[in-house]
Amino acid sequence: MKYYDKLIFDLSKAGRQGYSLPARSWDATLADIPAGLRRAQAPALPEVSELDVVRHYTNLSQMNFGVDSGFYPLGSCTMKYNPKINEEIAAMPAFAGIHPLQPSETVQGVLRVYKELAHALSAITGMAEFTLNPFAGAHGELTGLMIIRQYHISRGDLKRTRIIVPDSAHGTNPASAAVCGLEIVQVKSKENGLVDVEDLKPLLDDTIAGIMMTNPNTLGLFEKDIKEIASLIHECGGLLYYDGANMNPLIGMVRPGDMGFDVLHLNLHKSFSTPHGGGGPGAGPVGVAAHLVPFLPVPKVVEDEEGYLTIAGQDGESCGQISGFMGNFGVLLRAYTYILMLGKQNVKMVGPLAVLGANYIKESLKDCYKLPIESVCKHEFVFDGLLDQSTGVTTLDIAKRLLDYGFHAPTIYFPLLFHQAIMIEPTETESKETLDGFIEIMRHIAAEAISDPESLKTAPHTTPVRRLDETTAARQPVLRYAEM
Amino acid sequence: MAKTVEGLFYSESHEWVKVEGDVAVIGITDFAQHAMGDLSYVDMPEVDDELEAGEEFGAVESVKAASDLFCPVSGTVVEINEALEDAPELLNEDAFANWIMKVKMNDPSELESLMDAAAYEAMCANE
Repeated sequence: MKYYDKLIFDLSKAGRQGYSLPARSWDATLADIPAGLRRAQAPALPEVSELDVVRHYTNLSQMNFGVDSGFYPLGSCTMKYNPKINEEIAAMPAFAGIHPLQPSETVQGVLRVYKELAHALSAITGMAEFTLNPFAGAHGELTGLMIIRQYHISRGDLKRTRIIVPDSAHGTNPASAAVCGLEIVQVKSKENGLVDVEDLKPLLDDTIAGIMMTNPNTLGLFEKDIKEIASLIHECGGLLYYDGANMNPLIGMVRPGDMGFDVLHLNLHKSFSTPHGGGGPGAGPVGVAAHLVPFLPVPKVVEDEEGYLTIAGQDGESCGQISGFMGNFGVLLRAYTYILMLGKQNVKMVGPLAVLGANYIKESLKDCYKLPIESVCKHEFVFDGLLDQSTGVTTLDIAKRLLDYGFHAPTIYFPLLFHQAIMIEPTETESKETLDGFIEIMRHIAAEAISDPESLKTAPHTTPVRRLDETTAARQPVLRYAEM
Repeated sequence: MAKTVEGLFYSESHEWVKVEGDVAVIGITDFAQHAMGDLSYVDMPEVDDELEAGEEFGAVESVKAASDLFCPVSGTVVEINEALEDAPELLNEDAFANWIMKVKMNDPSELESLMDAAAYEAMCANE
């Protein structure tokens, strides 16, 4: 990777052109534009040749690391390959060229995709119906919690304002609950990393709106007491929310609906192969059990007896509108393509292969990295740093050193239950050769930590920039590229 | 090994309390600052805020994590340490010399439920 930090404006040379416009075919002059709409001065656009532009953006793109460039075992993020056919389908003019305000009769195919994706997700998760409107996972969480609140309100059960969240939860869970106006009650994990049912029982009363669970949880462990937890929550009148961030290992094998969950969201950019886009378009569809269908947000796609699809607005019981229009359709379309390309048979292989890969890495490395919980993991697992930490090498040093060997670092210092957490998730799309290459380098780094700790503490060495001073960056951020 | 100071009260959530008459001077422990790493921000309450014992009153943030702060006693905030707004690193330099807020206590008997230095050290040893 070579260092490149220019702006396109740095390349600008007065008078240089990379375009030629066709001759003007109208007669209007500047004077025909009302004075109030005219610029006082020309915009400061870069003046560059076509080659300048191509080299500039090619160089910038090479500063990036993505799933397309190497192994990306970022725990909790499910960095699976995004098949190129997803892009091909999403680029088809019949999909890419539509406008959200087009009349329903001109977008029947698009509405059909919406309806069929919702149907496929219902089948995979065991829920009755889906909304595809939420724009991201956390947006889905908020939508799901609004549905839970709306359910209690519709029953006149106004006391239920508290929601239970395990201490191992993703940070978005308590954050979404707080935005929804709920009070967060934390339930502890046991030594084995699972929710402590005994710690849960005394929290249950008629003020509990529900519980938010991630299964498998953020340690990659299956919450095997889930049926008992579901019974306890339902007995006290609460509902179960399933955070679908870790759905990947269960696809085709286990359905949250069968575990007793009432509401869930899925992260299409994780489990269903749509791109993780630097905060860009995501999708967090929300599925509900039959008794919650009336509370789904609007607009909804409604089908009449002849199979004609229309978009329906506000109705009496819905939790309301949570998005402009109906979600990020381009993302939904990619997930739909992914599901159809795999088909019913192959969808069932996603979970088992993801689980196999994670357990293979875990077992191959546990003699040099500290495995705090000895158990079969699902799609990901957590080490608590090196087994031998005598030379003072930390998880941060290991993560930085991995960059030197061409791997993206795993998630570090999450979950917070362990001080030196390294969280590894390979995903089912990686070959055994790739996993073996990663294992070999991880073992090599563990050996370096003893023989040459300095090379780890000063890593990375081969990246365009060396170790950054994150503390100073946070305390005294420099927010400008240059003094203008 | 993180240090402690004799004569202070300690909470399970790693705050310390120094009693000055009916005012509780409150900060975070050396163990807490060490666990957090280099701090980049301290979120503090406002003067005259009324706090319950165990209530969240702010947060500390580092590059690694953010952690809520909990008030060990109930009372009214009478002063905050404004120096921390521009220099959160003061808590890393000396967590006991740099307090976060002063609270006029409603009920000094609440101090009895807190730990002394020895009990707090024993708790940290188990973390």
